[in-house]
Amino acid sequence: MSATTATATDAATGTKVMTYREALRLALQEELARDERVFLMGEEIGVFGGAYKVTAGLLDQFGEDRVRDTPISEEGFVGAGVGAAMIGERPVVEIMTLNFILVAMDQVINHAAKIGAMFGGEVRCPLVIRTPNGAGNQLTAQHSQSFDGWFAGTPGLKVVAPANPADAKGLLKAAIRDDDPVLVLENLPIYKEKGEVPLDPDFVTPIGRAAVVREGTDVTLVAHSFATLRALRAAAGLAERHGVSAEVVDLRSLRPLDVETVAASVAKTNRAVCVEEGWPSYGVTAELSARIQHACFDDLDAPVERVGMAEVPLPYAKVLELAAMPGEDRIAGAVLRSLGLAR
Amino acid sequence: MPAVAAPSALRHLYEQMVLGRVFETEAERQYKADHIGGYCHLSSGQEATTVGTMHALQPDDLLVTGYRSHGFALARGVSPEAVMAELFGRRDGCAHGRGGSMHLLDVGHGYYGGWGIVAGQLPVAAGLALGLVRQRRPQAVLVELGDGAVNMGAFHESLNLASLWGLPVVFLVVNNEYGMGTSVARASAEPELYRRAAAYRMHGERVDGNDVQAVIEASDRLLTQAREERRPALLEAMTYRFRGHSVADAGLAYRTKDEVREHQAQDPLFRVRERLRAEGLSDEDFDAIDREADERVAAAVQFALDSPEPDVAQLATGMHAAGSAEQFARMRPGSAFGEQALTFDAGLGS
Repeated sequence: MSATTATATDAATGTKVMTYREALRLALQEELARDERVFLMGEEIGVFGGAYKVTAGLLDQFGEDRVRDTPISEEGFVGAGVGAAMIGERPVVEIMTLNFILVAMDQVINHAAKIGAMFGGEVRCPLVIRTPNGAGNQLTAQHSQSFDGWFAGTPGLKVVAPANPADAKGLLKAAIRDDDPVLVLENLPIYKEKGEVPLDPDFVTPIGRAAVVREGTDVTLVAHSFATLRALRAAAGLAERHGVSAEVVDLRSLRPLDVETVAASVAKTNRAVCVEEGWPSYGVTAELSARIQHACFDDLDAPVERVGMAEVPLPYAKVLELAAMPGEDRIAGAVLRSLGLAR
Repeated sequence: MPAVAAPSALRHLYEQMVLGRVFETEAERQYKADHIGGYCHLSSGQEATTVGTMHALQPDDLLVTGYRSHGFALARGVSPEAVMAELFGRRDGCAHGRGGSMHLLDVGHGYYGGWGIVAGQLPVAAGLALGLVRQRRPQAVLVELGDGAVNMGAFHESLNLASLWGLPVVFLVVNNEYGMGTSVARASAEPELYRRAAAYRMHGERVDGNDVQAVIEASDRLLTQAREERRPALLEAMTYRFRGHSVADAGLAYRTKDEVREHQAQDPLFRVRERLRAEGLSDEDFDAIDREADERVAAAVQFALDSPEPDVAQLATGMHAAGSAEQFARMRPGSAFGEQALTFDAGLGS
């Protein structure tokens, strides 16, 4: 599915099946090799090989100057990324999980995001922050969060959230080549997912373009990151069990948001169900709902439905955690409600 | 430039100090005349520190400051016109009316910004120094912070990174005795702030921040070490601000008039004037210096008044890099909009 989203894919170079994690690593490897200004910073990314092994092997290949281990000091090293970016470096900062970005928020929101506008366009900040989020591994309240909407609602930032290995490679590369600060939201459960990845080193996924990853006629599911996989699984189940034809739109970018692709799909299906891993109140699905009702007011045959994380700090017990998450059954339930097939 | 100013250089330093004082006095007047809005933090009384450190900073070195930055910008060589126009929020301001008093910058002069969040500029400065190292450039970064900033976590993280990684950066703590209205003694468990550096195996020292030549000597020595040996350092300059925290603060809720008067009697400008007088400068010379500063600042005010206000249609200009408009083009269906309309559309939704 994702090869269709490629730009400048060289057919002769072909594709290879790999995991999302390996696709990220390949993107980093290619960009480190392509551009000397690119360097990585983060906790445990070098000697340890990466807390989630995304950067495994890169220290050996590129050395300490390009793959820089940091102390546990997010505010310090995110800010160091901001400063280095301001004089023309291309830092790629890893935050071990999204939860830890909270201690660096001043640098992300008050510094990186402000530079272009606040200094009148006199200086840019081509910083990439990549970090995984998500729940599902019993990591509990402080380590199972998705704040995607907070960042996507901040002018000055760009936010991307790949849902498959090809886009993991393509969007990370696009982020590194972009002249603005870009937050790349990865996802823990998705790291092991496999898919075809273009090997062309110039393959990038354009920022600001959603993709229709499953075509359908009855309802549009809109999602990003791991929620896209859930939506695809729910769509398959709905087709099988209820004969429902669900279209799935993978947003891929949250800011800029490709409302056009979403609206075109909803105009066709007349129904929308928005899914996210985060808490829906004031979240990505809240934004989508507002956009869809405005863009598709005359097309809608049912209220826009939303499915997100239950609004509690994530509990530990497996049965409770599963109940809190936006699983396929809840997505399917929302689709059936939208179609008037359930209450 | 020599570490210690020669007599001719001393006159130049004095001229810069006078310019800084006259500029701040005028900025306060213009604020009260409603030509300047927002926060406006003046540095009157701190001129020996601002001018002295900027004298030691070499042209290719980099400068980062907090928000009390007019004096640093001027001493770094940013024109009074560009600074005043920025305070007025005009198109010809150094940040084109987007930054105001707290967010001056001039990349051409290696000045990477006045920043408004206490201590937030310190990790950025460490990153600029890291960039210099990666680019194998032999320069250093001087980053200014106030005495209140040393109690922020970002201070600790930045000093640790700078020392751990051997970054060429000098942390200049401008200790003017008060973080807003809280005295150093009421804020810092270790009130001898330069001692904090020891926790990071970093050299720290104190200097009389009202003695311009002592400031030059110390900052030149520490910047040289930073450049040549990649040894970061902390320099604590002891000074005093004559005015309140900002123009809106009378500056008397937390200190007495007598205290302020005592410091004003030790005005750093007087000290340099006495030295220059000993070297033969006359009252006429000092009058001429004052007159020139007055004229330069008056010209800056006129320039700011004449500079057009920013174009409202350019509200979003600068926020994103060239080429971003295409990325944002689908954020509002049915509307092909460029960067100019970006903010309105993205801001108003739908």
